[in-house]
Amino acid sequence: MLEVRDLVVRYGPVVAVDGVTLGVPAGPAGLGLVGESGSGKTTIGRAIVRLTEPASGEVTVDGLNAFNAKRGDLKAYRKSVQIVFQDPDSTLDPRMRVGPAITEALRAHAVVERSAWPDRVTELLTAVGLQAEHADRLPHQLSGGQRQRVAIARALAVEPRLIVLDEPTSALDVTVQARVLELIAGLREERSLAYLLISHNLAVVEHLCEQVAVLYLGQVVEQGEAARVLTRPVHPYTRALRTAVPELSETLPAPATKRAEPPNPADPPPGCRFHPRCPLAVDRCRSERPLPREVGGRLVACHRAEDSLAETRG
Amino acid sequence: MLEVRDLGVWFGDRQVVGVDALDLDKGQTVGIVGETGSGKSMTAYAIAGLAPGMGARVEGSVKLDGRELIGLSDGALRDIRGRRIAMIFQAPISSLNPVFRVGDVFLRALRLHGASKANARERAAEAMRSVALSPDLLHRYPHQLSGGQAQRVAIAMAVALRAEVLIADEPTSALDVTVQAEILDVLEKLQAEESLAMLFISHDLAVVSGICDTVAIMYDGEVVERGPVSETLHHPSHPYTRELLAAVPRLTTPEAPDA
Repeated sequence: MLEVRDLVVRYGPVVAVDGVTLGVPAGPAGLGLVGESGSGKTTIGRAIVRLTEPASGEVTVDGLNAFNAKRGDLKAYRKSVQIVFQDPDSTLDPRMRVGPAITEALRAHAVVERSAWPDRVTELLTAVGLQAEHADRLPHQLSGGQRQRVAIARALAVEPRLIVLDEPTSALDVTVQARVLELIAGLREERSLAYLLISHNLAVVEHLCEQVAVLYLGQVVEQGEAARVLTRPVHPYTRALRTAVPELSETLPAPATKRAEPPNPADPPPGCRFHPRCPLAVDRCRSERPLPREVGGRLVACHRAEDSLAETRG
Repeated sequence: MLEVRDLGVWFGDRQVVGVDALDLDKGQTVGIVGETGSGKSMTAYAIAGLAPGMGARVEGSVKLDGRELIGLSDGALRDIRGRRIAMIFQAPISSLNPVFRVGDVFLRALRLHGASKANARERAAEAMRSVALSPDLLHRYPHQLSGGQAQRVAIAMAVALRAEVLIADEPTSALDVTVQAEILDVLEKLQAEESLAMLFISHDLAVVSGICDTVAIMYDGEVVERGPVSETLHHPSHPYTRELLAAVPRLTTPEAPDA
């Protein structure tokens, strides 16, 4: 359904996304995008909803092209993808009540007849675990978790084919996060949702996505089934990321990367971009860019993938 | 070494903190965990003597080696805060003056506390090495540091001033997880080597359980549960602690190598 092919996005001299190819099937389905700051995950989400213009590459949803569309198709494209941001306040007008904010989306895309708007607003609020009364509230009269629910309701209002969820629970307290994650999981089944979930939290992705792509400095380093990639990562970067996640135990995670100056995205290292921090790096990694290939039942862009896989099997 | 009794923090008529007791010994790390509005950061600010400056009224007692800190003059407090109690924050860059090179910030702080110029230079370089940073970074401006480097610099500053108590308020919450692992590693080593007493404030129960010996769970301004980390993790007594534990998203751990 969603196809992203060889996507390249530049910000001045920085190549934020460097040849990324991904796909999400029709819902219910979830693809997780994980990676650290500067990995390009948010830029990919923004390109999909046309908030960022790519330098090259293609983004299509059900065959509708995001960037070379005729006017009529462009409107259809806009209706087919929605985005929910980390901070709901960035999308909710502080002076607009919840009901009108949702109605605005219904009107813009002529989803239902005018007479059906009030009922549809109530239905959407109920779907995200709020009540009809919440339609009369202003954003500041709601908690952070409730505001994020409103943002989700508004995204659902236009009945999109795909929702980009950009760190939807990262600003929320952990008990609130748990309830919003539960909501997303429920909506996914009820409404056959397809989504791209951008998150730095591997556990959140494991719970909500069957596929995952791991990004490092604008490139996908490992991609495949979430359960496989996150439980038994092969790429040394995914392994480091996995090891660094603190667990509810009395021991701390040991740093798993070599200490190095943080990479400069405007001047990325040659060869494999991870090589300065990689404990398995050899000469070839310093000069030749590894291309994605299938190792251990997933795609891995690493010259030493087989050795890494052998290590993880102990 | 640090003894907190009946600490109350008020903004006008509203009490935001009511902590009956909190003790911190040399070489020990105590964690405070709570969600937004639980009062965990305000507790730290009150202990560090920063709360009155934020417009809060502080009651109760905070003793450092038997000496009462609540009600001390600003001058006396500044001396203790700079030298004996150091604090690091979530955004380390905010505690570094953007127009000064990192090294100049060190020199000013050290000279203020009576070190000679040569001695100050030496101590700054030594402190940088203790947090695994090259002393060359002393020549950089704050904006030329990464988030992880800036937090190491903030920690190095506490080391250089030979702080005995380190109050860390969400020190790794803004950092990527691989960088967080490095910073926690630095803090754990320092704490052991320098016998620091550390108060570690975080919303992240997993981080706190890894680095702390004991933990206090705060809810609505009060400590609802406190005890050794293992006890709190495995036998939580308060319903809120149980809710908090249940809400943490967990990754599947690989059990046996797959075929």
